[in-house]
Amino acid sequence: MNRYLIRRLLFALPTLLAISFIIYAIISLAPGDPLSQFAANPAVPPEVRENIRRSLGLDKPWYERYFSWLISLVTEGNMGFSFSSRLPVTELIFKYRLLPSLWVVGVAYILSVLLAIPLGILSAVKQYSIFDQFASTLSFIGFSVPTFFTGTMAILIFGVSLNWFPWIFDSSIVDNFFIKGDLSYFGALVKQSVLPVMVLGFFQTATLMRYVRASMLENLPLDYVRTARSKGLSERLVIVRHVMRNSLIPVVTLVALQLPAVFTGAIVTEQIFRVPGIGSLIVSAVDTKDTPVVMAVTIIYSVLVVVFNLLADMIYGFLDPRIKYS
Amino acid sequence: MSVKNHTWPVLAVMAMVIALFTACGAPTNPTTAPAAPTTAAPATGPTTTSSAPTTAAPAAARGTCGTLRLLWWQAPTIANPHLATGTKDYDVSRVVYEPLAGMGPDGVPDIRYGLAAELPTLQNGGVSADGKSITWKLKQGVKWHDGSAFTADDVVFTYQFASDKATAATSSAMFADIDKIEKLDDFTVKLTWKAPNATPYQAFVGYLGMIIQKKAFQDYMGAKAKDAPGNLKPIGTGAYKMREFKPNDQATFDMNENYREAGKPCFKEVIMKGGGDATSAARAVLQTGDVDYAWNLQVAADVLKDLAKGGKGDVVINLGASVERIQFNRANPDPALGDKRAEPDQPNLFFTDPKVRLALSLASDRKTIAEQLYGGKDYTGGETCNILVSPAPIVSTTKFEGCEFNLDKANKLLDDAGWAKGSDGLRHKVVNGKDVKMQFVYQTSVNPVRQSTQEIIKQSWEKLGVKVELKSVQAGVFFSDDVANPDTYPHFFTDVQMYTNGPSAPDDIAYVRAFTCEKRNSKANEWRGTNVERYCSPDFDKIIDALSKEIDPAKRIVLYKQVNDQLMNDTVMIPLVQRNGTQARSKDLKGVVPNTWDSNLWNLADWRK
Repeated sequence: MNRYLIRRLLFALPTLLAISFIIYAIISLAPGDPLSQFAANPAVPPEVRENIRRSLGLDKPWYERYFSWLISLVTEGNMGFSFSSRLPVTELIFKYRLLPSLWVVGVAYILSVLLAIPLGILSAVKQYSIFDQFASTLSFIGFSVPTFFTGTMAILIFGVSLNWFPWIFDSSIVDNFFIKGDLSYFGALVKQSVLPVMVLGFFQTATLMRYVRASMLENLPLDYVRTARSKGLSERLVIVRHVMRNSLIPVVTLVALQLPAVFTGAIVTEQIFRVPGIGSLIVSAVDTKDTPVVMAVTIIYSVLVVVFNLLADMIYGFLDPRIKYS
Repeated sequence: MSVKNHTWPVLAVMAMVIALFTACGAPTNPTTAPAAPTTAAPATGPTTTSSAPTTAAPAAARGTCGTLRLLWWQAPTIANPHLATGTKDYDVSRVVYEPLAGMGPDGVPDIRYGLAAELPTLQNGGVSADGKSITWKLKQGVKWHDGSAFTADDVVFTYQFASDKATAATSSAMFADIDKIEKLDDFTVKLTWKAPNATPYQAFVGYLGMIIQKKAFQDYMGAKAKDAPGNLKPIGTGAYKMREFKPNDQATFDMNENYREAGKPCFKEVIMKGGGDATSAARAVLQTGDVDYAWNLQVAADVLKDLAKGGKGDVVINLGASVERIQFNRANPDPALGDKRAEPDQPNLFFTDPKVRLALSLASDRKTIAEQLYGGKDYTGGETCNILVSPAPIVSTTKFEGCEFNLDKANKLLDDAGWAKGSDGLRHKVVNGKDVKMQFVYQTSVNPVRQSTQEIIKQSWEKLGVKVELKSVQAGVFFSDDVANPDTYPHFFTDVQMYTNGPSAPDDIAYVRAFTCEKRNSKANEWRGTNVERYCSPDFDKIIDALSKEIDPAKRIVLYKQVNDQLMNDTVMIPLVQRNGTQARSKDLKGVVPNTWDSNLWNLADWRK
């Protein structure tokens, strides 16, 4: 087991290196310019723009920039500074952007797990009932309609027409509640989070619910279930103690695999609701070719994916005694 | 477990959708900015003194207007105007900082929104008669937000900071003409130019001339500029001071209780939220009233008109100085030329003949484009047949031949020019011993309005027997300086292209100099010359030569008109639409003065409810 772990971790390093190199190449070779805003502005002539690019180090070839980026990351843990705000990237991410992402995406994620498991189980147990039809229809809508559509609809219906919830996210409320610890902001915080959480939660619940349902349906006709029933156990015990326990093994790994997304925010939803999280940060960074920011977010995400992949495998082995890693 | 009764959510959703489609309000007309006075010449504006605010309504007492909510769909990222990477950064800085004079909507510097005590002119001796220097007298008793006194040292320092090559300031070009800067006393600064300067109001005026505090930045010159705490916590002299700035998200400001004008500012706090998209920003003002003001609404005109029915706010426009234009390439963009592609010494097969250019101008339906796609002059743009469209005094009134929409005339011109229609309906002509068909590529950036414009133009041009191939390039590529990418607008590797451009100041010689021979883009200057049409005319160069030496404002106006007329009579390009700045404000917000030449927030000190 330990040897397996060490081998996996050793494999992770070249993987991460390759990821960072490929992403750096793509973002550097992609067209675009951090100063495109001034492209046709006579007040900022081409030589001034050139000088600014030089000051950002953009006059060097991209592979050279990649290696200096990599060396400073490995030796000092320095990820450089953002071109547009001139802040150290780590400060930008951890001080300003992480909290709103964690809050909105995290709450949506927890809610989706809490909703999807009972709904999925119920759907499977009462297969083809009216409830199952309804839940399945909803979940098909949920994971096939993109969030940019559901988000816009949510704004138009609950924000504009009914005026129930604010739809422009105010990050100072998040700060006041979490950082300053002012509990009186809780109401406002919940109110402004309803729409983005609803849109994200709907999508995630729908996806997860299908998994739970399918996994339950796989287990329900198996022999051990019949055995449990013939022992005279109540239907509830059979479902909860036997079928559910076995069915949730693949679901647990799926939940673990999706966790990194909580840290990197939700790109579309954050953009629509103006949540200043990591998702909307990467949108504007890609837009303005803010290479250090894009690199930092993708590297953090890659590390999390690798780690949680490993974690998912470990949990799987722990939950399913039939699996042995060697 | 009962699983009946699950139909009510469906009904609820249906009800909501119905509610959505019935939400509607009274239509409103967009309010336009008051027409700019056409009497003042750019450099002889009336000298307003700092003590006389000309706002009509009596201002409420300081801090009695509550909270002002601004929404910028591009989020500000840095609050240092000299390190800005976009207009949004100038705007967030303009709330806190001030230049020596704001640049008014009529193109006349306005010292009420600046730190100068009076505007230096030829008449009052502030501008020297030989045009070699300008002397600014500063307001006295102005305090920075940290309580220290504002003096000439800060002005001198701002110059040093922004002109230091290692700082790599966005504003550095504004200070390039300065030979030396002297502090005559604590409240007088003298700038001496390298050569007689006809545009003395370039340095320290408007959004590129904001004065930063010496104390805050003196340890952060050059390459260290990025580490300055003042980039996020600016200390300025303006009506509001920064409380907190979260880059790429939100800035909050408190009123400056020591602001120099009594009773101002009216708002206790200002919240500037950034991010999202332009359409929902317009909606937040016009339909729901969640915010008071939204900036730069690049939204299709019909969508904007529809949102304006929401009744909570008005669309506010400022007649812009930029013109959407179709450019003719004077060089030959044929890829077969290899290294010689689109070099200025390779004449274009079609556009060296003025008759062809004029014919295409006559076959361009400006009116339809402006009204259908831009909503006309009260919305995002009105038709124009000039290249210089603002400020009012320099706008030419000459009628040009190419301005009407007349296909018969256009066809006749092409016949006269020897381009005869062939059996396939395409015009052709023998050029340099080869039979050439009239077909070319017409490129622009990816943008729904531009693609619709391309379609309209293509339709009418094809009626002349011209084959037009449309090409659209991602904006990020089209508007980049990438030397290696042939699809950028400065390369101009097609026959025809379209985009918007305009002067950045009321008297902007750099903008019109971009049509001179020496500025022609070529491989040698890495396509950074700024003359993308490769237009070259000795007559035109003479006008620019005269303009660069002339310091009499009245004569400069005449010269600017000549610039415009020369370019138009030569059909160097086809101007289509004068693009407006489009903003939205809530109905109860007063004091907003739309302005093409300065930041949207240039007179924020006077905004009230």
